[in-house]
Amino acid sequence: MTIRFDKLGVVIAAIVAYAALAAPFATFRANRIVPGQARSILEALPSALGILLLAIVIAGGIVALVRTPLILRMVASLVALVALVILIGVAGGFLTPDGNTFARVAPASGFWLLAFAFVLLLADVLTRLNLSPLARIGVLAVAALAIGALLVSGLWDSLSILKEYASRADSFWTEASKHVTLALGSLAGAVIVGIPLGILCHRVERLRDGVLNVLNIIQTIPSIALFGLLIAPLGWVALHVPGAAAVGIRGIGTAPAFVALFLYSLLPVVANTVVGLAGVPRAANDAARGMGMTDRQRLLDVEFPLAFPVILAGIRIVLVQNIGLATIAALIGGGGFGVFVFQGIGQTAMDLVLLGAVPTVALAFAAAIILDAIIEMTSTRRRIDSA
Amino acid sequence: MKAWLPALLRLAVLVLLVVFITSPNWFEPLLKPLTENGAPAIYNQGSLLTLTLQHLRTVLIATVAATIVAVALAILVTRPAGAEFLPLSRSLVNIGQTFPPVAVLALAVPAVGFGEKPTLIALFLYGLLPIFENALTALTTLPGNVMEAARGAGMTGWQRLMKVELPLSAPVILGGIRLSMVISLATATIGSTVAAKTLGEVIIAGLISNNLAFVLQGGLIVAALAVLIYDGLSAIERYAARRMGQGAE
Repeated sequence: MTIRFDKLGVVIAAIVAYAALAAPFATFRANRIVPGQARSILEALPSALGILLLAIVIAGGIVALVRTPLILRMVASLVALVALVILIGVAGGFLTPDGNTFARVAPASGFWLLAFAFVLLLADVLTRLNLSPLARIGVLAVAALAIGALLVSGLWDSLSILKEYASRADSFWTEASKHVTLALGSLAGAVIVGIPLGILCHRVERLRDGVLNVLNIIQTIPSIALFGLLIAPLGWVALHVPGAAAVGIRGIGTAPAFVALFLYSLLPVVANTVVGLAGVPRAANDAARGMGMTDRQRLLDVEFPLAFPVILAGIRIVLVQNIGLATIAALIGGGGFGVFVFQGIGQTAMDLVLLGAVPTVALAFAAAIILDAIIEMTSTRRRIDSA
Repeated sequence: MKAWLPALLRLAVLVLLVVFITSPNWFEPLLKPLTENGAPAIYNQGSLLTLTLQHLRTVLIATVAATIVAVALAILVTRPAGAEFLPLSRSLVNIGQTFPPVAVLALAVPAVGFGEKPTLIALFLYGLLPIFENALTALTTLPGNVMEAARGAGMTGWQRLMKVELPLSAPVILGGIRLSMVISLATATIGSTVAAKTLGEVIIAGLISNNLAFVLQGGLIVAALAVLIYDGLSAIERYAARRMGQGAE
């Protein structure tokens, strides 16, 4: 039997070899802002565990390199990932001197590269398995539960990012809820206004180009400028419209951030509604008319269901984009995870930056997977229904 | 009579933009009402012209690098030798798009320090995705009969790529470059939060000193640049499509 190499495996094995043998596994810093010192796998862990981790990742690299059955590749990547996330926590405890609360231990490039390599292997396996949408959401849920369990278990508590969290636990959850409220609230607003506007644009041709052009131009205004520009009008509204200040409309803070995100969200929703409605087959419309459906029935029972997957695709774009853009709200006092990112940049404390950036990426990632799965489910159902 | 109107508007925007960034002081009376307590109405901590040029340079470098890498990757995964990477690269592109630009920017700082470099990295990574996606779509949906004809004419793989596949894909790839560049123009302003010299500096100075005039001029310059570049690239795209016999849209 000849050994055959997997092309992607060659790339993965090269990353694993470099990361395990040449790159630092963790960094140790005497306090949170001084430059760190690199520690390799064997230096960062008790020797037995260090050798075990080396053995696991090298075995994983070999499984990736050689053509092996999918199930073996999946097991290898999962074992390696689990070992990595558990042992980085152990390394944190091992490297921190007893009773020292200033010292910071953070994962270093070697850890991130190893994690990246095995996530790549796992992603390849999952892509080739061609999972159904529900199964993908299931995988996401299991991964989220596993990470949640790790966080609760306290295994990672000695890592720098969680030390930053520990000193800000209260504000973390306030900012988290502000972030989610901003992203989801502006999306809801955009859906409520955008879908009727899209339907109107579809029906009234003269309106279409004008509305879409205005929305396009709004998209070109840089987010930080749009946030800033809304401060003045909203400040004016708060001063002069009775009751406005009472419901939370103010020049700085959440209100301008909310309005800016809402304005950015409108284009994808309106444009996709127009495209989706325009893509409804003529035959379907003619048949509906022939059956004696009123315009209203036709819209609700024929056009809208057929256009739905395209509209959902617009909503997916908006949600992922809003979760990212909401970080910028922090610049005008709107709160959200951006607070930690910009504080961290200001203090050159990268762990604090991570405390803001990692949840943002995780949220956006989860939102994308869930909505992609929903889009696939609605569009396959449509195909089955129409078959 | 309507045909010349958009062209005239564009020309007006271009002239206004050039006049504004070269002699901004002419516009002081217009912006003065937006300031409070006698604050300056025109950005005075650096020349707008230099900042605009630096902004454009950053975006251009990032877009050129992203174009080269994205098109090369798309070509690689559509060759028989790289076909194994195709499904994975598709999912990676999907995943990559979920990374918010601020997060990429902030995460690049520990690796390369403050200044222009993290901005370039963020713009490069963010710009890769639309170009890669469009190049992939174009290269995988070429008309089968054309490819057959090229093969039948005895063209080698390399000749097919250079003389048939790439020219036919050019309009769609250009569409990706246009999208990527417009996104980069706006995203580059965020680079100023990590001390990159871009027009974001003007906006952030305005936010910090509560000077609306600064925010407005910074934002409008970027928006005008984006609209003009978008239109310019669309025109090139239409030209490329016409040359490929795909006709005007």
